[in-house]
Amino acid sequence: MEPWVYPSIALKQEDFEEGRIRTTRTPLRGEYAWDAGVAVGRFLAELKAGRLVGRRCRVCRRVMVPPRMFCEQCFRPTDTWVLLQDTGTVLTFSVCTVAWDMRRLEVPEVPAVIAIDGASPGMGILHKLGEVGQTNDEILDRVHIGLRVQAVWKPPHQREGAITDILYFRPV
Amino acid sequence: MRRWNTEVAIVGAGWSGFRSISPDLSFREMMFEAATKAYSDAGIDPRRDLDGLVTAEEDFHEGVAISDEYVPDQMGAVLKSVHTIAGDGLQALAAGVMQIAAGAGRIVAVESHSKASNVLNLDQITALALDPVYQRPLEAHPIFIAGLEFRRYLEVTGTPIEHVARVVVKNRRNALRNPRAAFPADLTLEDVLHSEPLAEPLTRAMAADPADGCVVFVLARGDVARTLTDRAVWIRGLGWATDSYTLENRDWEGARYLRQAAERAYRQAGIQSPRRAFDLVEVDDTFAYKELQHLEALGLCRPGEAGRWTAEGATEVGGELPVNPSGGCLGEGHLLEASGLARLLEAVLQLRGEAGPRQVPNARTALVASWRGLPTTTGAVAVLSREP
Ligand SMILES: [Zn+2]
Repeated sequence: MEPWVYPSIALKQEDFEEGRIRTTRTPLRGEYAWDAGVAVGRFLAELKAGRLVGRRCRVCRRVMVPPRMFCEQCFRPTDTWVLLQDTGTVLTFSVCTVAWDMRRLEVPEVPAVIAIDGASPGMGILHKLGEVGQTNDEILDRVHIGLRVQAVWKPPHQREGAITDILYFRPV
Repeated sequence: MRRWNTEVAIVGAGWSGFRSISPDLSFREMMFEAATKAYSDAGIDPRRDLDGLVTAEEDFHEGVAISDEYVPDQMGAVLKSVHTIAGDGLQALAAGVMQIAAGAGRIVAVESHSKASNVLNLDQITALALDPVYQRPLEAHPIFIAGLEFRRYLEVTGTPIEHVARVVVKNRRNALRNPRAAFPADLTLEDVLHSEPLAEPLTRAMAADPADGCVVFVLARGDVARTLTDRAVWIRGLGWATDSYTLENRDWEGARYLRQAAERAYRQAGIQSPRRAFDLVEVDDTFAYKELQHLEALGLCRPGEAGRWTAEGATEVGGELPVNPSGGCLGEGHLLEASGLARLLEAVLQLRGEAGPRQVPNARTALVASWRGLPTTTGAVAVLSREP
């Protein structure tokens, strides 16, 4: 049976090396400086100070994190800043064996959504879990939905007002 | 295109900006501000009343892939019909009108915004629209396309460059009376002609600078519009078209995309003589010559006549046909894909008699025309009226 529906020629590395194939390269360069604005700006400033903050809507009484200046349910401005704990509960997680650039990882990463204490149920931040094992089996043995975790912060002088000011969350 | 069986009106308008930079607001907060004003203006609660949202945005301008997923929350449109147009804001308006005409909704919001100041290499992003095999290897700044077209325009129409410079002087002076405008200025012809050359014959002052801002409209089906407001602005005709795009053999003279779009909009609105049909015009002036070229393509004057017309003052506020009383893109700033909605916003305020010191007396009908910008050959036209 024919392996291909359409007749084709397989390209070999030599074809490129010996200049038989013409290619064109255009690097895709996009440089952006997203304005943080009020909500993101305050959230990042508080991270630098080692704190997590949310915003409360007086009408639906939800405390939202990451904070936003509007309530998407009520379509009104949110009302007050609320200081949150740096502890929480694993809402969901995954054990990931490939990095974002598709490298195979020797030690898997554990991205998780962590419902933050002091915010409304289901309100959390996306981060990684740490100190939970080196292999798939070890991790699955220790991590479960509902696991109680706490943020591990960078030392104050290394923080720069970024989500990476938290290194990871670890079980408590 | 025949008239739609359903009447559609603009019942609310809101905006944020426009400014050259806006670090105090994230794009979400900017949209929330504009949307809050538009819904308040229309007297609706979006969580209860809104049937759908149409936005116009380009991922490369947002710096986020699939950026349309980022819009419902700040627009009160969570779990509603959301639809994004990669095009100019007037094309999003057309999509919103069609949704209402098709019975898909009674009240639909239309939104577009610009955070141009956040795109640090905006010119290189624009250059990515050029053909990767034929054009990009030449590594030319895309503004050369404006230079090529401008030169053909001057040659073919015999328009003196001073008449083109008059467009800049007029529009930036109009902007002095517009609190939304980012770039009001009182310039002389010499200021414009002697500003830094960009792509000869184009000078820096003849090219609109980008600005940040957001514009939101609320559209409603005719019967709903009548219950909401007595200041409805009615959409009488819409047209949009895209010409062959190749730089190697496109039409370099007459902005055929806008001629075609206008013909459709006029037919729909039942307009036979456009020159006498409108009390004001808001038209794309991304580059000063574009205002003249577009006025001619819209059939408001003969080819080659727009420059003299401008020089005689016919297009000033108080002239025979005021053009860009807002200050246009040159005066307000270029809002990327929100530019068409910025033109539309001024027309709506004028027809409602809410344009303050730049009000065109007793304005009853308006023409709005947009261009999608370099390197496109896409334009859209809307005919508006105070009466249905
Ligand atoms: Zn709420």
